[in-house]
Amino acid sequence: MSSPARAPSSGLALRLGKAGLAVNALGIFAFLYVPILILIVFSFNDTRTVARMTGLSLQWYARLFVNRELLAAARNSLLIAFTSTVVATVLGTLTALGMDRFRFRLRKTFDTVLYLPIVIPEIVMGISLLLFFNLAFFPVIRFMSGASLTLGLWTILIGHIAFNIPFVYVIVRARLVGFDRTLEEAARDLGADEWRTFWRVTFPLLLPGILGGALMAFTLSLDDFLVTVFTAGTASPTMPLYIYSLVRRGVTPEINALSTVLLLASMGLIVLSLAAQRRE
Amino acid sequence: MSGSEDRSRRGPLLVLPAAAWLVVFFVLPLLLVLVISFVERGRAGGVRTPLVPTIDYYVRLFDPLYIGIFLKSVRIALLVTVVCVLTGYPLGVFIGRAPARLRSSLMMLVMIPFWTNFLVRTYAMKQLLAAEGGVNGLLLGIGLIQEPLSLIFNEFSVVLGLVYGYLPFAVLPMYASIEKFDLSLMEAASDLGANLRRAFLRIMLPLTLPGVVAAVVLVFVPVVGAFITPDIMGGGKVEMIGTLINRQFGVARNWPFGSAMSLALMLMVVVGVIYYFRAADEGARPL
Repeated sequence: MSSPARAPSSGLALRLGKAGLAVNALGIFAFLYVPILILIVFSFNDTRTVARMTGLSLQWYARLFVNRELLAAARNSLLIAFTSTVVATVLGTLTALGMDRFRFRLRKTFDTVLYLPIVIPEIVMGISLLLFFNLAFFPVIRFMSGASLTLGLWTILIGHIAFNIPFVYVIVRARLVGFDRTLEEAARDLGADEWRTFWRVTFPLLLPGILGGALMAFTLSLDDFLVTVFTAGTASPTMPLYIYSLVRRGVTPEINALSTVLLLASMGLIVLSLAAQRRE
Repeated sequence: MSGSEDRSRRGPLLVLPAAAWLVVFFVLPLLLVLVISFVERGRAGGVRTPLVPTIDYYVRLFDPLYIGIFLKSVRIALLVTVVCVLTGYPLGVFIGRAPARLRSSLMMLVMIPFWTNFLVRTYAMKQLLAAEGGVNGLLLGIGLIQEPLSLIFNEFSVVLGLVYGYLPFAVLPMYASIEKFDLSLMEAASDLGANLRRAFLRIMLPLTLPGVVAAVVLVFVPVVGAFITPDIMGGGKVEMIGTLINRQFGVARNWPFGSAMSLALMLMVVVGVIYYFRAADEGARPL
């Protein structure tokens, strides 16, 4: 608000502002990465401490590969992530096409239902599924067929598909917004039937959106803790449940080694997603 | 497939599988939460059969103990949101002003934590602050302290962990808005005699407001119902709504009370978000 000596003072303010921006950026990147870097460094420590390096060793990594519990958790996680991604990607893509191209009753209502799982707190979705399976679904099945079911991998899978469908839907739908329908008309004019038009024209154009949605679904599923913990029951943990149980117990270089492996895996996923985007 | 006003049966058919899935495994469970919150609990979890209707659990929510935990969660979530926006916005500006070829690499640095397992990141922070962890090791090593400091299992460590966890969620939408903003408008404003502060408040902030609005929702909503961070960084000493709900389904075995809390949380979040978007809409209009 002090305007008389405007030119020099605003020049100084500008320079201070730029320096401030750089310091802030440096601070944030340090804040984000120092804990991760320290985590990686201590995964190579040769004693149990994570306070100071006493020597280099790969023993914590070696232990990971003979830890049966861990390997089972990794297998469960990958199985659920892969299956829920495939199912949610197919259902989400079909839904995006149906919602984008057709008008029908209850369409607006369903649109709201599709956005709800993204907005409501995840813990609410978790406990709602716990209540549903235990107090409604299992009793109904028992009543109808006599089979007594319990929570397990398959209930986790059902929950993951439910929260993944909306994310795939939103991403594919966004891709459909700028879609040039005249390309499909051209294909039809040239004699392609509807099926052929879909696979030769529509699908390839939608593919980046579909892949983006699938990747999102895969990552969300691999990462999920809250829906999983309430639908898992007593047996068969996934990777996040296993890590959680370790982290609750304390801090050890073994968790550091496991975390480092997972970090590398997610970096791999990022590289994949960038490669997919390049194809656009 | 002809025309977007097609009224054939194909639309409903395409949508049907996902709709069925979400009705059975999302809508029905939510309705069940509503029902269960109005019936008496069973002795060992579950509900008492035959069902006994009650509104006791909603009355209990107004106990000062639980009101206090709700208010504390909101206070923590607001604090985390403010910190994330106040540090994330300038980071967005910094990246937006960087040379074009550097920009995607810098955004990558923001994205990597975003794609990294949340538990792994929370653990990284816990390990740094733990009694036998990095910060204490360093301070003990240089002789600044003789006893390890208790840096963890308090409200500070929970807030720090939440900022650490959700900062990327704030940077992404704000950067998207800032990147679209034409920075030469700031020069034009300064040529016309506005100082930096005025140019920022009158031009840049209103034009990048949608990003800020999105950032606030993306941070506040998950943080207010967070479970992992208060649980791990709070070590049972910092109670938030998420840990409270979790306890009703674990050791407390009070599913109806947990259901009532979940509905209260959901109502708070949904009403809050709707009201907030309306306010943000009106706030942006006169400018």
